Amino acid sequence: MNPILKMILLTLTMALITYLIRAIPITFLRRKIKSEYINSVLFYIPYAVLSAMTFPYIFYSTGNFYTALCGTVVAFIASLTKRSLVIVAILACVAVFVLGLII
Amino acid sequence: MEKENLTFKKGIKDGLPIGLGYFPVAFAFGVKASLLSVPVLISVLISMTNVTSAGQLAGLNVIATLGSFLEIIILQLVINLRYGLMSITLSQKVDGSFNLRNRLLCSAFITDEIFAVASSKKSLINNKYFYGLALLPYIGWALGTVVGALAGNILPADVSACLNIALYAMFIAIIIPPSMENKGVLITILFSTAVSCALYYIPLFSFLSEGFKIIISAILSACVIAFIFPVKQENDEGESV
Repeated sequence: MNPILKMILLTLTMALITYLIRAIPITFLRRKIKSEYINSVLFYIPYAVLSAMTFPYIFYSTGNFYTALCGTVVAFIASLTKRSLVIVAILACVAVFVLGLII
Repeated sequence: MEKENLTFKKGIKDGLPIGLGYFPVAFAFGVKASLLSVPVLISVLISMTNVTSAGQLAGLNVIATLGSFLEIIILQLVINLRYGLMSITLSQKVDGSFNLRNRLLCSAFITDEIFAVASSKKSLINNKYFYGLALLPYIGWALGTVVGALAGNILPADVSACLNIALYAMFIAIIIPPSMENKGVLITILFSTAVSCALYYIPLFSFLSEGFKIIISAILSACVIAFIFPVKQENDEGESV
């Protein structure tokens, strides 16, 4: 398959799935889910996904393990002080950039 | 129920900070896409049709490497499952102005931040307010991607390298604060991180693609931790993310 065509089809597939997840509940579901176990799984899924997406991949995100580690630590500390998402992201980028200049 | 002053204009006002916040994140996404040699128009198409940071980032690797349709479908199902939860919550939160057509249209714009603002309103929300709320974040997301994808090709390598960490840093900022207040969340994060690292570093699992490693880590952790630390029903699901 033509690579550009395949990229477009993959993008549209991704969009369709994402859309259906968002649209089906609000359109059709009016009752609350009763199962405590299913509700618990659904509650934990976002944290599990974001952790698995972040680690260990964040350490290889900058092309240099040490600058990435530094950025990760800065993001952690900034998160512990409950800074906004954008501030945390910017601080991590600045930390990576500054350390990259030094080493 | 009373309409309060939830007008289109009020929605725009509430959406402005979200839109401003989305711009740099989308910019980082655009830069990453261009570093993976994904054409600018494809990056923009991804952002305009998906409007999701984590899902797009994971999907981007599959798209850039021309991976399988099955992988991208399962990946999005798992990563974006939280939108289903938000959609359930919002279904109890919208007023009579949300007819079938409005429900089908507005659901495309359910993101973490739009959900957080919409669901925090005291009264029911109407469709005009919701569209006002979604407008600027959507524009910020699309525009940031365009600028990032274009800049990615001309930015110095060390600048684009440091932008690559931005989305991951944002994920840390999403998961850390709730983990300080909820033991189950903290253990989920530790467990999922451990499984993900094991799958990454143990050569036995090298046949798995990155997407499937994330899927396995996430589902396994959530299912195990939900069994050990069930969430009491009065907690409103997924509100904190």
